[in-house]
Amino acid sequence: MNRVYKMTGRRFSEKCKSSVLLIIVVGTGILFCLPVLVLLAGSLADEVEWTQRMEAVIRNNSGYIIWKWIPDYPTGEHYRRLLFYTPQFLALFWNSIKIVSCILIGQLLIAVPSAWAFAVYEFRGKRKLFSLYIILMLLPFQVTMLSKYLVLSDFNLLDTHLAVILPAVFSTFPVFLIYRSFADIPRELLEAARIDGAGEVRLFMQVGIPLSGNGILAAMVLGFLEYWNMMEEPMAFLKDKSLWPLSLYLPEISVEQAGFASAASMLALIVSLFIFAIFKDTLASGIISSGIKG
Amino acid sequence: MPSKRMYNCTWRNKPRRRAAGKRYVKFLFLLPGLAGVSIFVLIPFADVVKRSFYTALSGEFVGLKNYMSVMQNTAFRLAVSNTVRFASICMPILLAAGLILAVIINQHGKWERFKFLYLLPMAMPAATVVLVWKMLFIKQGFVNSWLGSHIDFMGEDSAFYILVGSYVWKNLGYTLILWLAGLKAIPEDMMEAARVDGAGKTAIFFRIVLPNLKGSAFTITILSFLNSFKVFREAYLVSGSYPQEKIYLLQHVFHNWYTNLDFDKMAAGAVLTALVLGSVSILLQKLWDNAD
Repeated sequence: MNRVYKMTGRRFSEKCKSSVLLIIVVGTGILFCLPVLVLLAGSLADEVEWTQRMEAVIRNNSGYIIWKWIPDYPTGEHYRRLLFYTPQFLALFWNSIKIVSCILIGQLLIAVPSAWAFAVYEFRGKRKLFSLYIILMLLPFQVTMLSKYLVLSDFNLLDTHLAVILPAVFSTFPVFLIYRSFADIPRELLEAARIDGAGEVRLFMQVGIPLSGNGILAAMVLGFLEYWNMMEEPMAFLKDKSLWPLSLYLPEISVEQAGFASAASMLALIVSLFIFAIFKDTLASGIISSGIKG
Repeated sequence: MPSKRMYNCTWRNKPRRRAAGKRYVKFLFLLPGLAGVSIFVLIPFADVVKRSFYTALSGEFVGLKNYMSVMQNTAFRLAVSNTVRFASICMPILLAAGLILAVIINQHGKWERFKFLYLLPMAMPAATVVLVWKMLFIKQGFVNSWLGSHIDFMGEDSAFYILVGSYVWKNLGYTLILWLAGLKAIPEDMMEAARVDGAGKTAIFFRIVLPNLKGSAFTITILSFLNSFKVFREAYLVSGSYPQEKIYLLQHVFHNWYTNLDFDKMAAGAVLTALVLGSVSILLQKLWDNAD
């Protein structure tokens, strides 16, 4: 704690100021989380109630959406309908799981060694190559969309899940994130291990990876959030809707079916929240280890 | 001379063999990634560069014609100006808001647990965000009910600011965490020394805290820049391919060229954008290296 800012004697006005700031910080935080609560509340109201609430929208008149935090007749009907009577939902859910797990595993196999190479070894053109990796990372999808489309088309991968998985596996973003964690490992440690007779691969597996576990995990969690919600790639490369991930199913539900849409969103969100809750501390320290000191 | 077998010491026997092996092993780590990147990004991009000099339909060589037509294309110019305007407005707001929040939280150690509240928005899929937007901003939405009006906010210039707000909302979490980490890394002795020398809080902030945050600032800038492109998703989901004028972004143009099969324009546009972003990135990296 910065001692410079610690007051030696707390006066009433200081405490007041402190309390006001606390309210602002926590209040804004809760405000930020409101949309999730809105969805949760909305998903528990049945269709009849939603029709009532959305009357102004349906009739397109000059009323407003009526909102109640606690539904008059709470119901799980949307969730039931989604989980048991909407096979597309489950199919797309599993599509998402499949796509994301394949991507993450692929990234682990490809990006982690690449980051290690950049962090630990010297070779000609290393700076330039890393610079190129950063540029590639910054390009929005639409810039490389055409080139990816052409290559995928040549390999006949369009309309298969590989069309989405393969380009993502070779993304340079995780290389950037994980590089920092590896670069923080002290050289002396590596040298000592080498002198003790460790081969390069052993060094990587038994020294590098354990020490950077946090950074790697954080990159994976960030990757999960990114690919669980990805939209542009499947939209561009998958014409067959049965191959779509969950993230593309949600927009298909119209706003008049707000209850149903809310439930579907909650279910999609729950997975993210789950991963989030498990890994939140790792995520925080991992973000730090990949970002600090520039 | 003692035979090699007498000595078990690895440092005498191994280095020569290992040095030779080591040279190749390091490439083994890099190769799969590099191969994939080349196949899926670099080589096809070279193809795109080539295509930018030909027409899409007839395949005849037209030199710089595609580039001229792209740069004179009103949609492209609008998109570029909007995208630049968006990035130059949303990024400073995000960085400043994050820093202010980080400074406040840093002064009260126990408040750190609240940072997770700010990370939650990052997990929400675009379609979910859009659902909430619609409830808020349509003619019969919540915001209108508070104001007593009936404005379709997404169809007016306000759409731009909704996008800015959504961007800050989504990204404040990790920005906060990165700033907090940077603040914590400032050596305490420096702060003590300054205080003993009689420096006031403002002086300490501007002369010690800020310069020490340069490293974090550049990382946060790059990540924020990267994320500023993602707002396209929400914009597209709400307003489709041809949204309100002020939120017509670069990605919209590319997307529309793609659906219309205007591959030649797309190629020229992609090369131009890559050149600009590449230069920006190199510039940022140079500044970053100089700051270290």
